[in-house]
Amino acid sequence: MLRTRPWVPYAYLAPAVALIGLVFAYPVARVIDFSTRLIRGDSGPFVGRLNYELVLEDPTFHAALKHSAILLLTVPVLVAIALLVSVLLYDRVRGWRVYRSVFFLPYILAVPVVGIVASYIFTRNGALNDILHQVGLERLAVDWIGSSRYALLTLMIVIVWREVGFGIIVFLARLLTMNEEAIEAARIDGAGWWARLRYIIVPELRGTMEFYAVVAGITMLAWVFAYVFTLTKGGPGTATTVIELYIYNQGLRNSLPGMASAAAVILLAFTTVLITILFWLRARAREEEVA
Amino acid sequence: MSRVEAPALPARQRPRRLRLRPGKILRQIVLAAAGLTALYPIVFMASTAFKDRAQYLENQYDLPWPLYFGNFSAALRGGTFFLWFKNSVILTTGSVVLCTLCAALAAFAVARMRFRGRDVFFSLNVALMVVPPVVMLIPLFVLFVDLGLVSTYQGTILIYAGLTIPFSIYLLANFFRAIPRELIESALTDGATNLRVLVQIILPLSAPALVTLVVVNALWVWNELLIALVFLPEDELKTLMVGITVFRSRYNLDVPITMAGMLLASIPMILLYVFGQRFFIRGLTAGAVKG
Repeated sequence: MLRTRPWVPYAYLAPAVALIGLVFAYPVARVIDFSTRLIRGDSGPFVGRLNYELVLEDPTFHAALKHSAILLLTVPVLVAIALLVSVLLYDRVRGWRVYRSVFFLPYILAVPVVGIVASYIFTRNGALNDILHQVGLERLAVDWIGSSRYALLTLMIVIVWREVGFGIIVFLARLLTMNEEAIEAARIDGAGWWARLRYIIVPELRGTMEFYAVVAGITMLAWVFAYVFTLTKGGPGTATTVIELYIYNQGLRNSLPGMASAAAVILLAFTTVLITILFWLRARAREEEVA
Repeated sequence: MSRVEAPALPARQRPRRLRLRPGKILRQIVLAAAGLTALYPIVFMASTAFKDRAQYLENQYDLPWPLYFGNFSAALRGGTFFLWFKNSVILTTGSVVLCTLCAALAAFAVARMRFRGRDVFFSLNVALMVVPPVVMLIPLFVLFVDLGLVSTYQGTILIYAGLTIPFSIYLLANFFRAIPRELIESALTDGATNLRVLVQIILPLSAPALVTLVVVNALWVWNELLIALVFLPEDELKTLMVGITVFRSRYNLDVPITMAGMLLASIPMILLYVFGQRFFIRGLTAGAVKG
């Protein structure tokens, strides 16, 4: 540690703290305040819980909440696909480096680009249905985006398509630092592929899998705006409206900043729970390291 | 240069078996199918961009032949594309420079100085990494209207720098901590000030971390949609990501022109990936693997 006069460290922190104050601290304090007021312009009369009551009674909010919760179902799918693919690559199959680059490629594309390209592939007369017709699977050619029955599923497919590349890279990076002797020993003892996966690789990867699951969970709750906005705009109807889009629509399109703020506070509460889980997992991982 | 850097692998002792076993074939089939799925939308985007409308309507999934370049000139006509591009470059450069400066100073204090509240600051900083931007959206917008910062580069640069600073401090502080103490102490006995230690010793030694950070943050800002949509609504200030959503609605029926636009918008990121792949992967997996 450097020896400094007591105020010096704070001087180094000051610019960063100023930015954090402007972008995080002040707005979060303000959004809590906004959620209890009838906002006109930059403030308004105190109305207590009214905004929360309005939000909790709003069927669109219920739909948004439900859809965000359903999006969380992609988390186990992401973990499973990333695990399977990274383990296959870890076996150093021919061309694994090429595969690794290919699987990561979707993650390079900007989400708006992905959303727009997907909107053309999945449209009723789009490339996907064209291909399905060609190979004789007409029955699977549904209206992927235009029907409220399938739109959310399509959104989930597109999100998994782009996000899974990150999981594969993270899992593979962790696998490559793993002690191979245990696996070799198990192989010599006659453990099959499945047994090695189940009893050696998965326990070894557990920390990384948990971390990725939490990160993916936060992504689903809080970072899917660009997908929804470019692929479905929340529709048809409210079939793909999520919490983020609800806050955006209420706050900026419907001019209901009080309700939007109440929804934002609810979202913040959910993410706080997830962050707490993340911290808890990290603390536990550290304890295990020490033990 | 674009070679993938494999994290130090233990050399494989087992000789490569040449016999093809059913397991190996199955693995290749699974990986090839996954690889095709990962690539298909990108191939669709690229190949559609080189078709004229008639070719596209005739066959959506075929490769384009003969190649048609008219979509690119149509997409670039009028110059708005270059304008959006310029706006994105200004915002990305401005916010990455600001964020890196502030984060380096703060990370230096966190990693190398003793002060009250240091651990609390660092924990809070980690927590901020996952706060969804949409939570701050409404109060920030109200504040920026009051301050006259809506529709300005400066205002949006402040928001982007603020949103990217928690991750930046986290990454740099972890890197700064790992720098050997002897290097710093020898500089101090030569009479260097704290700031000179940072600028002349720590930053040069941290070049890989800085490059990683710049790549990751630049990618994030470049791809961001929500903030850009709300804070830069004027046509002449739109970013490329907002621009392409406008572009899509303008050329909605002309899919090849839209795809040419999407391809053009993706080129900077694809180049960045090809030339900086290892920084990329290292940055994106930072924290994940250790966690």
